[in-house]
Amino acid sequence: MSVAKVGTRTDFPAEPPEHPTAPYLRMERIPHVWCPGCGIGTVVQCYATALGRSGVDLDKASVVSGIGCSGRAAGYLKLDGFHTTHGRAIPFATGLKLGRPELQVTVFSGDGDLTGIGGNHFIHAARRNMDLLVILINNFIYGMTGGQNAPTTPLSARSSTMPFGNFEPPFNVPHLAASSGAAYVARWTCLHIRRLTWTLEEAIQRRGFRLVEVIAPCPTLYSRLNKLGTGLDGMSFYHDNAVIRHGADTRELAIDFQKGIVCGKFVDEEKPTFSELMDEHYGRVLGEKYVPMPASGGWQHG
Amino acid sequence: MKADPAGVLTGAHYLDGDFACGEGAMAAGCRFVAGYPITPSTEVVERIARRFPLMGGTFIQMEDELASMAAVVGASWTGSKAMTVTSGPGFSLMMENIGLAAMMETPCVVVDVQRGGPSTGLPTMVGQGDVMQARWGSHGDYEVIALTPQSPQEAFDLTIDAFNLAERYRVPVMFLMDECVGHMTERVVIPEPGAIEVVPRALTAKPPAEFEPYRIDGGTIPEFARAGDGYRFHTTGLTHDERGYPVMSAGCQESCVRRLLDKIQGDADRIVRFEEEGTDDADVVVVAYGITARVARLAIEQARRQGVKVGFLRLIVLWPFPEKRIRELAGSVGAFVVPEINYGQIVLEVERCAGGRCDVVSVTHGGGAVHDPAKITGEILAAGAVAA
Ligand SMILES: Cc1ncc(C[n+]2csc(CCOP(=O)(O)OP(=O)(O)O)c2C)c(N)n1
Ligand code: SF4
Ligand SMILES: [Mg+2]
Repeated sequence: MSVAKVGTRTDFPAEPPEHPTAPYLRMERIPHVWCPGCGIGTVVQCYATALGRSGVDLDKASVVSGIGCSGRAAGYLKLDGFHTTHGRAIPFATGLKLGRPELQVTVFSGDGDLTGIGGNHFIHAARRNMDLLVILINNFIYGMTGGQNAPTTPLSARSSTMPFGNFEPPFNVPHLAASSGAAYVARWTCLHIRRLTWTLEEAIQRRGFRLVEVIAPCPTLYSRLNKLGTGLDGMSFYHDNAVIRHGADTRELAIDFQKGIVCGKFVDEEKPTFSELMDEHYGRVLGEKYVPMPASGGWQHG
Repeated sequence: MKADPAGVLTGAHYLDGDFACGEGAMAAGCRFVAGYPITPSTEVVERIARRFPLMGGTFIQMEDELASMAAVVGASWTGSKAMTVTSGPGFSLMMENIGLAAMMETPCVVVDVQRGGPSTGLPTMVGQGDVMQARWGSHGDYEVIALTPQSPQEAFDLTIDAFNLAERYRVPVMFLMDECVGHMTERVVIPEPGAIEVVPRALTAKPPAEFEPYRIDGGTIPEFARAGDGYRFHTTGLTHDERGYPVMSAGCQESCVRRLLDKIQGDADRIVRFEEEGTDDADVVVVAYGITARVARLAIEQARRQGVKVGFLRLIVLWPFPEKRIRELAGSVGAFVVPEINYGQIVLEVERCAGGRCDVVSVTHGGGAVHDPAKITGEILAAGAVAA
C-alpha cells in the first residue's frame, strides 16, 4: 500500500493568462457602466468572441452606437468606435461604410434608439440593403433615461411613462426589418450565448443589412417596474419560454408580455447591397466612364 | 496640395450659384455627399449626382436631413471630404449632428441656400434669416466658421475655401448662400487644377500605440486618424478626455469645450475675411453680405452721388465676426447701416461691437425679394445727415 504525498504547491503564475475577450475590449475602461444582471455585457462578450472567430481584420472593423445603455457598447470595444447621437447610429455608419467601402461596420444600439427615434433610418437602411450588421438590444424599455415606454414595450407591461401599463401596440422588430428588405434577420435572448455567438459570427461574414435582435434583461428598470425579479429570474424566464423556430414567418414573432419568445434565424438571403447595386448600375450605364470609389475610400493623399 | 484634376471642370462657364457651389466642392476634393432635396438648394446635389460617378465620389440621397448630416460626419471619419446641402427647414434638422461634428471635431461643409422662414416659409424665394442659426443653432457652446458668397463665381471660389477651412480647423463650416445667389446665373471661371490650392486631410504620423485622438501637442488642434488604419480610436459626442473617453465632470467640460472655442476665437484674425472700400473718411459705413451686398452697392453709389461719404464693408466670412474691424470703425464713423433680408440679425453683432460709440441702423426685409435699393439709400442719407 502506497501513501499519497502531501504538501502545498507554490508554482502560481506571476500573471494569470489574459481573459480571452480582453484583446477585443478597452480594458482600461472596465468596470463598465452597466448594472449587475444587465444583459448588454453578455452581448458584447458574444460579439467580441464572434469577431475573433470570424477572422475579420480588426483594424478594418468599426463599431457605431447611438445613445442609451446599449449605446455604450461602442465605448468598450477595441475597434474604431463611434458613440454618436440618439437614433443616428445607422446613418452615421452609412457614411462610414460608403466613405471607405472596405470597412466592416457594426451598429450596436438599443431598441429605443434604433426603432424609436432612429426608426426611419432603420427601415431605409434595410430597404437599401446597406452593408451593416445591426445588433439591437431589446430590453423592452428606455433604460438609460429611467424606464420610459419604448416602441418595443409589450402591451400591458409597465414603464415609467405608462404607469398603468402600456396600451400602444409594439413593433415586431424582426418583421419590421424583414419587410423593409433586410438580408439577414435573427433573434436570440441573452441566455443563448453559444447560439448568439454563432449567429453573430455568421452575420459578420454575410453582407447587406443584417439585423440580430437580442432580448436582454434590464433588472434595474423593466424587471423592477414589472415585478419580474432579478437578472437571473429574467434568464430563467427565457429558459422556460424561449422557443427556437428557424425560418419562422416573421409576422408571427410579436412578443406579448411574459409570453413565449420565438428565437432563431428567420431570413438569410443572398442579395446585392447598396454599393453593389450602385457599382453594377453605373458600370452598365456609364461603362468605362464610371469610376467607383476606391475600397480604401475617397481620401486624397497630401 | 493641388486639386485632383478629376474634380475640376476648368474653363469659363455660365453657371448658377448652386451649380458653381457643387463644382467648387468637387474641385476641393469632396468625394462624399449626402443630402435630402429642398428648394432652392437641390441643384447643388443634382450637379454632384451627375458628376460624382465619373470621379470616384459617392452621393446618397438620405431619408431626411438628420440622416444626411449624420452620414456626412461618419464619412468624414474615413478621411473623405464630405458635404451636405440644404435650406432652412433642413438646416434646422441638421443642427443635431452639426453639434456632433463640432464636438467630435469633424471637418465637413454644410451648405444652406437660404430662403424665407420661419418654418416652411417661402420655399423658392430669398431670405437671409439663418445667419444666427448658423452660429448658434445647435445646443451648447461651440464655434463654427461661416462664409457667404455674393455671386456664382464666389460660390465656386468660397466653397473651396470652406473645405480648406474645415480641414485646417477640424470644424463644420457653414456655407450660407441665399436663393438669389443660388439661382442667379453668371460667368464662372474655373481655373486649372494646378492653380487650385486644397488642404488635404492631415493624418497623424504617430504609431497607434502613441496616438490619442484629442491630445494636443502644441497648437490647438488634435491630430487625426481615420477609421480603418489600425488606430482603434474612440470618439464620442459626450464630453471627453484626450483619449476620446467620456468624462462627466466640470473640469473635463472646461478643457474639452474651451478648446473648441479657443481654436477658432484664438485664430479669428486669420479666418475673418471682408472686403472694404471707401471707409477711410466715411461718415457712414454699410455692412452687408450675400445678395444684399450687391443691392447695397447700388444704394451706396446713389448716396455718394448725393454727397454722402459712405464706405462699404462686405462680409465674406460671417463667423467668426470681424469684431476688431467693426470696433475700429465705430470710433471714426457716424453710423453703420446694416441691410439684411431678415428682421435684424447681423445688426445685433454690429451693435455689440460698436458698443454705443456710433449709430447702428438696421434696414430689414422679411424675405421674398431683395431690398429696394432706394430704401437703403434713404437710410444712408438720413444717417449721413446726422453724422455730417
Ligand atoms: C435627441 C435625444 N433625445 C432624447 C435623449 C435622451 N435619451 C438618452 S438614451 C434614451 C433612450 C435609450 O433607449 P434604448 O435605445 O432602448 O437604450 P437602453 O438604454 O434601453 O439600452 C433617451 C430617450 C437623447 N440623448 N437625445
Ligand atoms: S438600466 Fe437596465 S439596461 Fe441600463 S444598464 Fe441598468 S440594467 Fe442595463
Ligand atoms: Mg432599451
